[in-house]
Amino acid sequence: MSKRKTERLLSLVVCLLSSQRYLTATQIRAAVPGYPDSFDAFKRMFERDKEELRELGIPLDMGTNGALDEEMGYRIPRQAYVLPDIRLEPDEAAMLALAARVWRRAELAGAAAGALLKLRAAGVEAEETGQPGIEPRLTGEAAFGPLWESVRDRRPVTFSYRAAGRSEPQQRKLEPWGVVNRHGRWYVAGHDRARDAVRVFRLSRIEGKVEFSGPRGSVSVPDGTDVRELVAEWDSHPVERQAAVLRVRAGAGYGLRRRATREQPGSDGWDLVDVPFSDSGWFAEHIASFGADVVVCGPADLRDAVITRLKGALA
Amino acid sequence: MTGPVPQPSARVGTSSDRLRRLLALVPYVVSRKVVGLTETAAAFGVSERELVDDLNMLWCVELRAPDPYCPIDLSYEGGEIVVSQAESMDRPLRLGVDEASALLVALRMLGEVGQVASVPGLAEGSALSRTIAKLEAAAGEAAAPSAQVAVQVDRIAESSVAARLREAVAARRLVHLSYYVPGRDEATERDVDPMRLLVVEGRTYLEGWCRRAEAVRVFRLDRVLRADVLEAAAQVPQEAEPVDVDRGLFRPSPDDLRVVIELSPTGRWVAEYYPCEDVADLGEGRLRVVLRTPDGEWVRRLALRLGEDGRLIEPAGLAAEVRSEAAAALAQYGAGAADLGGSGRGVS
Repeated sequence: MSKRKTERLLSLVVCLLSSQRYLTATQIRAAVPGYPDSFDAFKRMFERDKEELRELGIPLDMGTNGALDEEMGYRIPRQAYVLPDIRLEPDEAAMLALAARVWRRAELAGAAAGALLKLRAAGVEAEETGQPGIEPRLTGEAAFGPLWESVRDRRPVTFSYRAAGRSEPQQRKLEPWGVVNRHGRWYVAGHDRARDAVRVFRLSRIEGKVEFSGPRGSVSVPDGTDVRELVAEWDSHPVERQAAVLRVRAGAGYGLRRRATREQPGSDGWDLVDVPFSDSGWFAEHIASFGADVVVCGPADLRDAVITRLKGALA
Repeated sequence: MTGPVPQPSARVGTSSDRLRRLLALVPYVVSRKVVGLTETAAAFGVSERELVDDLNMLWCVELRAPDPYCPIDLSYEGGEIVVSQAESMDRPLRLGVDEASALLVALRMLGEVGQVASVPGLAEGSALSRTIAKLEAAAGEAAAPSAQVAVQVDRIAESSVAARLREAVAARRLVHLSYYVPGRDEATERDVDPMRLLVVEGRTYLEGWCRRAEAVRVFRLDRVLRADVLEAAAQVPQEAEPVDVDRGLFRPSPDDLRVVIELSPTGRWVAEYYPCEDVADLGEGRLRVVLRTPDGEWVRRLALRLGEDGRLIEPAGLAAEVRSEAAAALAQYGAGAADLGGSGRGVS
């Protein structure tokens, strides 16, 4: 933004905010310096300026001062413009400073800093104290920005998504209901239009751009939707638990023994260890990572899965 | 695991940043009556030169009709800013949806962290809940969409460990950790001078000076098998540099191994889980990733775990070790193992 434009917009805000009455475009042009002489050029520039103010979140009212006024006028209603009074104790202000740092590596860093700026302008002393000795951080993801906008503005989106284990990405159409960070990873949950069902997507598996595919306000989130719950359900492993019987070399396999229900030392340098598991695919990979220190005695399908893994590593 | 963390591109000031700042500047001074140039420049993250430019621009605002007048009067003589006339500019603009959401989502996340790590300052009914309530009230309607973003922090099974370490940080006491290192599959014993707790990517860590490694180390709390707070006072040496959390917890070192792995579509999770120096698309959903780590044992285990979903290309010596380890493991299953799979998609 050029210096002249900044000056003009600043004057425009002061002008519209100071006036109790609606000001017509002609009155605004007379009061605010910096508009061009030609009325048409002024109108075009004024339209763009109004858009700039809206993007900054400045409320702009249109109306007339009386029934006899023919031309519409503009003003910024003070009530809607000002941040309501907020008084924070020092410990509360410290929380705000800590909260603003959470986004430092992620998408909403600018918004958090902007909020802090306004709160400081309201008299809040948000000092960066060392308290309370803990530093939480969220991490960014390219798709977060557009998905947050679509959730905020209730707009449907399309994106290309590569589901786990798929070789080709697929085009998805989603009415997004919410964005959730679970165990450090971002997910979006909503209504999948093509499948006419609730679906959860991991943001890191979205490829390329997220495009808006409908107008603002065209997505409605069903009452009582809990996006956290949806993502938790999608993310949870089957609960059916089995027990593996393993031969583990003495002194090795600490990561397995940690979770063992039984450890029986053997005389041949190998211990018999029982370990419960629920996801056999993941558990087979875990066992394979111990290499020649662990042998699966049962169940048979786990044993076969580990052998398949090991052969894959041999290739 | 160590490796480079991709940095989000630095945010350059958007075109309207200056206007936002100008609108906040007058109320900032008004609410404090008198405030120093230096202090104000720091609060707004600008140089004193830029701040003076801003003040001059505000002072120069002139409305020409119906009668010409200057709505804002201020001075900054002797390095002290005073606003003597502010007209309608004396209060800041209300919070936008993004602004309110950024803070509210982060504050609610702090509440989760407080529960998980038993941080007294972040407990129910603490300053945190009061701050959330006040911010929601001040944000009004703009607060509503923030409910559609949620952050869940990992529960630590042993939350008493978190509480104990948190106390040790506050009381500056030395701790003894029994710590599981999965890369080497061993429990290690070490004395640590605790510095602070970190919550990054949903996981909680203790940062401290490890007396065994004689360096700053970051310990994942879910791998702490036991934590004892000792009588001795913590002595964090002068040279202990806290990890710059905003540049990522794990930084590569020039001595690290350069690891190249080719991943099948089923093995792509590696690129999502570990920070990669480079990711190249090989087509048909396959990837070639480059990772950095000081830990060869970790690489060996990863390659065994991946099986045919990942082919270790470099270092070549490690790749040979992985093959002989896999052969030794298979030999223990006897001749019957030879008939099984080895091609096609893995079982997972």
